[in-house]
Amino acid sequence: MTNSENIGALNNLRVIELGTELGAWCGKLLADMGANVIKIEPLSGDKSRTYEPFYQDVNDTENSLFWWHYNTNKQSVTIDIETDHGQKLVQELVAQSDVVLDSYTPGYLDSLGLGYEQLKTQNDSIIFAAVSFFGQNMPYSSYQMTDLTAVAFGGPAWSCGYDDHSIPPVRGGGNQGYQTACHFAMIAIMTALLYRLESGEGQFIDVNMHAALNVTTEGSSYNYLVNGGIVQRQTGRHAGIRPSAGTQIPGPGGRYLQVGFPARTEEQWFSLLAWLEEEGVLDDIGDYLSPPSRQSLAAGDEKTQEQLHLVMNAISKMAAEKDPVELFREAQNRGFQWGIVNTPEDVMEDPHFNARGFVVSVDHPEMDSTFRYPGAPYKFEKGQWSIRRRAPFLGEDNKSVLVGRLNLSESDFKRLSEEGVI
Amino acid sequence: MTISSINQKKALSHIRICDFTGQLAGAGATRVLAAFGAEVIRIEDRLTEGSWDILRGQAPYVDDRVGNELGGAFNNHNIGKLGMSLNMRLPNAKEILTRLIKVSDVVTENFSAGVLDRWGFSYEEMKKIKPDIIYISNSGFGHSGPYSNFKTWGPIVQAVSGLTFQSGLPEMPPAGWGFSYMDHTGGYFMAIAILLAIYHKKITGEGQWVDMSCTDAGASLNGPVILDYTVNGRPLKREGSPNSNRSQHPIMSPHGIYKCQGEDNWIAISVRSDQEWHNLCSVMKNDEWLSNRSLDSKEGRVDSADQIDDVIESWTKGFNARELMDVLQAAGIPSAKVQTPPDRVDQDENTAAWELFPIAEHEEMGKVRVDGVPIKMSQTPPVIEKGAPLLGQHNKYVLEELLGYTSEEVKNFESEGVV
Repeated sequence: MTNSENIGALNNLRVIELGTELGAWCGKLLADMGANVIKIEPLSGDKSRTYEPFYQDVNDTENSLFWWHYNTNKQSVTIDIETDHGQKLVQELVAQSDVVLDSYTPGYLDSLGLGYEQLKTQNDSIIFAAVSFFGQNMPYSSYQMTDLTAVAFGGPAWSCGYDDHSIPPVRGGGNQGYQTACHFAMIAIMTALLYRLESGEGQFIDVNMHAALNVTTEGSSYNYLVNGGIVQRQTGRHAGIRPSAGTQIPGPGGRYLQVGFPARTEEQWFSLLAWLEEEGVLDDIGDYLSPPSRQSLAAGDEKTQEQLHLVMNAISKMAAEKDPVELFREAQNRGFQWGIVNTPEDVMEDPHFNARGFVVSVDHPEMDSTFRYPGAPYKFEKGQWSIRRRAPFLGEDNKSVLVGRLNLSESDFKRLSEEGVI
Repeated sequence: MTISSINQKKALSHIRICDFTGQLAGAGATRVLAAFGAEVIRIEDRLTEGSWDILRGQAPYVDDRVGNELGGAFNNHNIGKLGMSLNMRLPNAKEILTRLIKVSDVVTENFSAGVLDRWGFSYEEMKKIKPDIIYISNSGFGHSGPYSNFKTWGPIVQAVSGLTFQSGLPEMPPAGWGFSYMDHTGGYFMAIAILLAIYHKKITGEGQWVDMSCTDAGASLNGPVILDYTVNGRPLKREGSPNSNRSQHPIMSPHGIYKCQGEDNWIAISVRSDQEWHNLCSVMKNDEWLSNRSLDSKEGRVDSADQIDDVIESWTKGFNARELMDVLQAAGIPSAKVQTPPDRVDQDENTAAWELFPIAEHEEMGKVRVDGVPIKMSQTPPVIEKGAPLLGQHNKYVLEELLGYTSEEVKNFESEGVV
């Protein structure tokens, strides 16, 4: 038994990643936990190398920050997988690997002799995970989709937007559709790995992004499934069967406070009233002394709504005067589950995220630079998450993998390069 | 490759989880593990009848009945788990929990930081009970850092982690997510963390504590935008930004959600290439655009994005979104209706073919459709059959069969209000 604090939990795992940006996040989740992930790129480079934003806004194969983010710790090997020899190289790599991650259009790898059934003959315990928009051989498998159209079709967009329904529904930002599919791919791969440790068996995994989004809609699905209820979108809060009071309160500098349901218990309710009185922002609470209950809110009780409205106005008055971040901290210190609407850049400067080590430094030695990256989604004591190397340059690892691992001779390596196979 | 074989092998049947999770951020994690065969023993508070979980007994309901065992969301999030009730305030409960930890692989919880410590079951104490125990906590801000005592729920996590701000249109307040995206996704990350920690233990023999902060997990989902800030110094908060219906990574135009005929009927359209742009112009029979050289490049279209969007919307308005989607898809243009719940649950052929919303049998609610699993596996497919457990439904199994108490002792626990 070794002490493995600084070696990722997946340190012994070999993964071959084939495909598009749809699967890139899953590859990163594996690689950041220590797996050796080889990204097979076409000779011209993965398409996402052409994605904005670029380092210093200069469009170059090595400058895409999208590429930088989604490919940390991965190795890059360029292979033209549409050539016979290229296919042979992939088969040889798979023979030495644990997992194949495929996010190409369903059927594409099969057509090249690189599908699961074919690769299984090279390695019968391989775990082959295919991530696609609609699943393999499904009715809509041929549809052309992007993150936007998938999030619209799969359900999340229906719940997201503004009270005014003449404004379109909104896609949550950040390519979350792709990332949601990848979370399920990661769950499936880890499950298959655990099963393989017990049984020795590999298997084929089919992850359906459309289905993943359908089951990532919370009440939109379960209200309809349980009794046919249909939720309607509202500004900055949960889509609901019935309209509910607003929860985002603007403060100085256009920063919003998110108060949710401002007080969840009777104790909190009275402590909130006391605080607002203390601040001198609560006009006249009159008869309104009892806390609004979940039941009375759910029933749309008028007096409850009026009472809540009065308190929200008082919070707005207070928020207009105070530093929003300080107010968020004060509210939390007083026991209220309130939030501040941070920008992603706010997060990177926030003392909490920095104290937890969420902000990590990644060396780019060739540029003589170190840049700050978003860090671990979970803190492991042992087998830790880490970024050991920046995203690879195009074909950076051709030699170490093809010569070092596959034992290709120097002359074959040279010949295949000249022939445009690698 | 299609997965058709019915196979009853369960990938995780050798894993037992002592599960204190609740709501969706925690319950969602152990839900998917239960579908793969893990024995998830969900512990609920005997005294307050499970009110640790705010969803227990809450709407929606299948019929006119209302009650603690009839909550629709609770059922959805706790499919296939075993139910155990325990009053942690009583000394005997600590004895029972000690025995349960001894026979479990993993202890999970998503309380605010510190609850298990107060019961006397800090990680250090649990290690004394079982040296290689895996403990996974998922709290709003984690167990370290200045905000570790702060409390959250989904929308707060989304706000603080930068996700809410990213979701909206220019000159408007944040639209946010309209649901607890980070309860779902926090649950996914927690499931991944559990599986990773089990894998690590299988390889090395080491147990550990994984301290998951749901806001860290949320913040990790903003990668390219964060690098644009840290590397290029360009914040997301700037004029005209964010606009999450447009595409920035990569830049595309047109790219948006457009009004169609009828009430709240919308279509999403993305054009990724010059070829798709030409196809769109042809479908729209827009000869002016086809002959406009300045729109032949992505850069030219991005410069004219607002005008292009206006013209597209004046065109889409005349169509039903689903029918227009078929026309555009036939021309190879990425497009999709913004589907309503009935559209995607009951009218969607792909969802039907996948059998995405299976029926689970709940002791009191009866047969209820629930969220399925978007994963198929050739050897160990996920299985959803049984609904959420009733409060304490499996006390007898856990206490007698797993923990070795006599039926006499169990009766005493019941009468003392321990279970």
